[in-house]
Amino acid sequence: MSLNIFMNDRPLATPDIKQLEKTALELRRLALKIIFQAGSGHPGGSFSATDLMTALFFGGILKYDPKNPKDPKRDRFLLSKGHASGIYYSVLAKAGYIAESDLDSYRKINSPRFLSGHPHPKTPGVEIASGSLGQGLSIGHGIALGTRLDGYDSKVYVILGDGELQEGQIWEAAMSADKFKSNNLIAIVDYNKVAQDNITKDLKDLEPLEDKWRAFNWDVHRIDGHDMKAIMDVLQLPLDPEKPRVIIADTIKGKGVSFMEGKTAWHGVAPSPEDYEKALKELV
Amino acid sequence: MQTAPTRDAYGTALVEIGSDPRIVVLDAGVSDSTRSKKFGDKFPDRFFNMGIAEADMVCTAAGLATAGKIPFATGFACFLLGRTMDQVLVSVAYSNTNVKLVGTHTGLAVGEDGPTAQMIVDIAYMRAIPNMIVVQPADWEETMQATRALAEYIGPAYFRLGRSKVKGIFDSSYKFEIGKGRVVKKGSDLVIFATGIMVQESLTAMEMLEKDGIHITLVNISTLKPIDRDLIIELADSHKAVITAEDHNLIGGLGSAVGEVLLDAQISKPFKRIAVKDQFAETGTGPELFEKYGLSANHIAKAVKDSLK
Repeated sequence: MSLNIFMNDRPLATPDIKQLEKTALELRRLALKIIFQAGSGHPGGSFSATDLMTALFFGGILKYDPKNPKDPKRDRFLLSKGHASGIYYSVLAKAGYIAESDLDSYRKINSPRFLSGHPHPKTPGVEIASGSLGQGLSIGHGIALGTRLDGYDSKVYVILGDGELQEGQIWEAAMSADKFKSNNLIAIVDYNKVAQDNITKDLKDLEPLEDKWRAFNWDVHRIDGHDMKAIMDVLQLPLDPEKPRVIIADTIKGKGVSFMEGKTAWHGVAPSPEDYEKALKELV
Repeated sequence: MQTAPTRDAYGTALVEIGSDPRIVVLDAGVSDSTRSKKFGDKFPDRFFNMGIAEADMVCTAAGLATAGKIPFATGFACFLLGRTMDQVLVSVAYSNTNVKLVGTHTGLAVGEDGPTAQMIVDIAYMRAIPNMIVVQPADWEETMQATRALAEYIGPAYFRLGRSKVKGIFDSSYKFEIGKGRVVKKGSDLVIFATGIMVQESLTAMEMLEKDGIHITLVNISTLKPIDRDLIIELADSHKAVITAEDHNLIGGLGSAVGEVLLDAQISKPFKRIAVKDQFAETGTGPELFEKYGLSANHIAKAVKDSLK
């Protein structure tokens, strides 16, 4: 098999960390607003992933063009934990794939941009459907193999939930990406420690998580998933010459709203009008 | 016309269509048996053996499809589909990715490996999935043409292939078209709609019946979805009775599909279904199982005679 391995040869971004932090705050407010308006959704897992997605989309990491969303040379972003659609659509609006006014139809019937509870490629910027956990890493790997066949230096970023790592298919994909030396595949684990039923540790513990990925021969990094500088630094590291990369990001479910943080209860419910007002006061 | 398993024709067809750089082939560790290895030997860069991990394979194929490739994800039907209902629903069908799912070793014809290897529910399952089309070729020529047609067709498809040898039925003058049935032999009185290996089995039954002066019509239904409604309605109307024949469970397969067409069109005719009678079979040779579980030419001939009484 001929391997065609790319190193990170792009100019490094010079991110304005303060600006990215402001953007993340703005996106949290937007995500909470649309979840509140919809009357349902997943604020906890949206907020834990917000800083990671902000860095990818607005820190100069992802190569994308909303005016040419199917450019074959684009980088890919996959939200494997599809329930965080509230933040995903907010990011897509901010990035220019959809209008901010489109967000009013989030989770509503006849949504013109198909802003379903879980993502679908009818929405501009969305590559493939998610919502059933465990599939995104395999899909990302398929894209990584495909773009490599075409000789493009596209990178594929896949955000995985921590609860999602309990799905066996994730580890099938981990083995495959090692086999094919798919170093253009970058998994980011939103390790918020909380799943729907329980805290992840009690539901089924993932630890020792770094060792698990290392045992699968991945290039393993661990960061604070709410430290924007740390996120930007790790995302700008040169690719390993052979290994796929996993970034384990320690995050907090519901990050940014004190009464949501770390709470299982805020996995899949919209805030009441009172809670919404309270939350907005914290997101400043 | 060659006597060969449809999986052999598939492997040969893959090599032929492989000149198109968009064609990629995946297998789940059984490429020697599915014959996808033939493609792998010729085009190693575009062949991905994912190991015994069907869920990963199906989603990897979906990813390759979103990157503009035309993936043929190949495996034993039992595991290719049995282990991946969710992956097929979400990453292939709902996402409408251009993935061809190719399941070999279908039906009781698989034989001695027993019920864990005899896929008898795949047509039912795949027919029920929105956006999915279902194709089962009857012989070498049709498999060659259908493989090419599926590569050209844009959208999810299930291609149902067999392990055992089947006789050549069509020559190169045959023109396969997705969604079209084909009259194999024109007779009168009764029409059999058959699919896959059961076309060959029905032909054997017809030879037996012709000795008794019974001349019937045989139709090859290779596209199970979308099914050829017009042809089914026309031929059901012009014959006294209808029989369906499939190496698949009684529920949800060809018999159900034809029955739905007739019911929707309010056509009432004597109707019999040759199929596995909602049970798991056992080990044994394919022909032994066909005899014991009601799929053999003898059973077809008897059903014809009973229908014409």
